Amino acid sequence: MKYRKSLKGSCLPDGAGSYATMAKKKTSAQHHIQKTTIGVLDLQGDVLEHLDHLARIGIQGQPVKTSADFSNLVGLIIPGGESTCLSRLIRIFGLDDQIKQAFQKGMKIWGTCAGAILLASAIVGEKPHLGLIDIEIERNSFGSQLDSFASEAIIPKISTNPLPLTFIRAPKIRRTGHGIETLLWIDDYVAAAESPEVLVTVFHPELTGCVAFHRYFTRKCGLSPLDENMVPDVDPDWNKNSWARFAPVPQG
Amino acid sequence: MDTKRYELNVQLAQMLKGGVIMDVTNVEQAKIAEEAGAVAVMALERVPADIRKQGGVARMSDPAMIMEIKKAVSIPVMAKARIGHFVEAQILEALKVDYIDESEVLTPADEECHIDKTKFSIPFVCGARNLGEALRRIAEGAAMIRTKGEAGTGNVVEAVRHMRTMNREIRQLIIMPLEEVTGFAKANGIPYELAIKVRELKRLPVVNFAAGGLATPADASLMMQLGCDGVFVGSGIFKAANPALRARAIVMATAYFNDPQKILEASMGLGEAMPGLEISEIPEGQLLAGRGW
Repeated sequence: MKYRKSLKGSCLPDGAGSYATMAKKKTSAQHHIQKTTIGVLDLQGDVLEHLDHLARIGIQGQPVKTSADFSNLVGLIIPGGESTCLSRLIRIFGLDDQIKQAFQKGMKIWGTCAGAILLASAIVGEKPHLGLIDIEIERNSFGSQLDSFASEAIIPKISTNPLPLTFIRAPKIRRTGHGIETLLWIDDYVAAAESPEVLVTVFHPELTGCVAFHRYFTRKCGLSPLDENMVPDVDPDWNKNSWARFAPVPQG
Repeated sequence: MDTKRYELNVQLAQMLKGGVIMDVTNVEQAKIAEEAGAVAVMALERVPADIRKQGGVARMSDPAMIMEIKKAVSIPVMAKARIGHFVEAQILEALKVDYIDESEVLTPADEECHIDKTKFSIPFVCGARNLGEALRRIAEGAAMIRTKGEAGTGNVVEAVRHMRTMNREIRQLIIMPLEEVTGFAKANGIPYELAIKVRELKRLPVVNFAAGGLATPADASLMMQLGCDGVFVGSGIFKAANPALRARAIVMATAYFNDPQKILEASMGLGEAMPGLEISEIPEGQLLAGRGW
């Protein structure tokens, strides 16, 4: 497989590279036994966008599809997508138990949009799924696609710069429990929150140039991503098609 | 439509990647689809297999029926407008569906013009048989592309043809010297800037789903392995013996499209698939893929 040298010194795949194979390649900086990999739950949704962001900050990303994929993870990202679809698939294939077991052993988790819904301890009008963070969330809380929007906010704990926020048929966090820190309030809802182990955002940093959340999460996992001097919080090299370089190669 | 709105529309399609969009004709079917793990439903009065059988002019569905489905499920709801029928699209936008399919499954309202999708805030998905057709639709404002497999036949052969054609043309575009791109774009009716974009990205700049003739978990995996980002299943689910089971199996096979063991498990004991149609036996005037250009 061909690789091209990245902008920031980490090793990135050529656009024609298979991301699954790529993720297993070790970079030269790979440590020996220490876990250094962040998984992205790879069942449905914007998986490639997260892998692209992790690569930007020099972090090893791993698509996670089966129980075997959990062995090396310090953190797991549950991406955006449809929460009903994701919840059915993790249950059918027993990944819900895998996630909970790895979580018990210290794996940190970040859910964006659908991922946040899967992690919530309560969902308005529905039974919860993983229930790993004490928040109540309301699905599809803004309306139809015509109500999807992009905005900007300063989130002091994440970055001193204004960060772009993209809300797509987004949920709203309606209540946060004891010990849950709110990272961003907007009007009548919470848009980002965290516990010591879990981060949730109802918007999609992976659909913007913003790598600050990925950097924050990987640090929360104990990793050392490329710092702000190497890659700014909003990466100017990102564009809306950047994810395409991780797309699998067609068989034919 | 401003650029930001278009970007959000392309990004909703990105969220659907790896998922299955199912045709449904009533609330009950919509709930079965959602429960099975569909990422969206396509609300329509008749599935393509019935449109094919009954003939006549196929139009946009009754908005009241689409609205009921919208109320019944929490996943995105798509609906079809006739090719070129911008007023049906205006109605669907006013109804606030999540996505409009400008579809050859309905009888075209305009044989010269597709809808000017840039005038709308709502996203559109359009069918394409090859790279040129896909890029012309994108130039008109489509935020998502799908193959134009022969709908309602339960025969995947045309969808495969379209995907292989697109892959072949993209490969050609990538390796040809830059000076040949102008001629290639001209010959294939491709806007030049988009040809350059595809060359750089090595794929379409928007999400591309399989559609038309898919009936089994294996069909879904086949299209995914050929490089589709997700799949539409129309008549294939609710014309089969056990829709709930088949819907779930196709969702599983799409998520694990490159895992033969999982596709094997998904394929077992599903009951009868929808009856299939040999393409060569369909009278030429009744082929749907030739509608639009």
